[in-house]
Amino acid sequence: MPSFAAGDELPELEVVPDRYVTVRYAGASGDFNPIHIDEEFAKQVGLPGRILHGLWTMAQVARAQTEAAGGPHTLRRLNVSFRGMGVLEEPITVKSTIRSIEDGVAHVDTEAWQAGTAIVRRSDADLQL
Amino acid sequence: MGVNVEAVGKSYPPTLYAVGREKVKEYALAVGETNPLHLDHEAARAAGYADVVAPPMFAVVYSGAAIGQAFFDPDNGINFALLVHSGQEFRWGPLVVAGDEIQTTVSVASIEERAGNGFYVFESVSTNQDGHTVCVGTWTNVVRGA
Repeated sequence: MPSFAAGDELPELEVVPDRYVTVRYAGASGDFNPIHIDEEFAKQVGLPGRILHGLWTMAQVARAQTEAAGGPHTLRRLNVSFRGMGVLEEPITVKSTIRSIEDGVAHVDTEAWQAGTAIVRRSDADLQL
Repeated sequence: MGVNVEAVGKSYPPTLYAVGREKVKEYALAVGETNPLHLDHEAARAAGYADVVAPPMFAVVYSGAAIGQAFFDPDNGINFALLVHSGQEFRWGPLVVAGDEIQTTVSVASIEERAGNGFYVFESVSTNQDGHTVCVGTWTNVVRGA
């Protein structure tokens, strides 16, 4: 079990969404909204192209927490705000800082950044230590 | 076209989802999980679990059919072309493992119109076969120019 203190930064998680990740995630999650899997459809509705599922990006934020804290049992709560859109083939970095620790639970502020924009911002997690 | 708020407080019939080992692995691989608890049932058993452990965010899979009822409810009249998923919270209880059966009930927590946009908040409550609450989800969506 890692040792944590308020003010600590958790290890950053960096992930590059490959060009087919939205297809795999659509199948895995059941979310087949064509803005994620159909380039022409996405452009027709004014997007630059296919975009990431927000819940896939949230899963990266979750993974940053569980990998830092020692497993899936540690994640008790995760609250995210989505902003803008995530795109394919651009690295995403999840940054997390421990705000406080009370009764063995770390309260963590976290964001996901892509190409200079926080696509998940003002978000926070509770981790059972 | 205005926002119909009549569905506030409405709840939908519960759905039942049987968690399968290969589905957990498929989901785990799609989100980049590398922890063997999610991918290798022998590793999961060695760690004291009955089978592979669902990543916490697998909640979107076992609650998907239930939440879909709210999204597609004609009473809510959501225009998907204008829909933005703006926020999401999950609070988790005991871990879900392959072999579990998860029942999920979704309700409409609030619908508001602000600055010409419709704000829809749905709540999902998922329980396992032992009656334990494994996840509570709060799904916040904006329909632009509703």
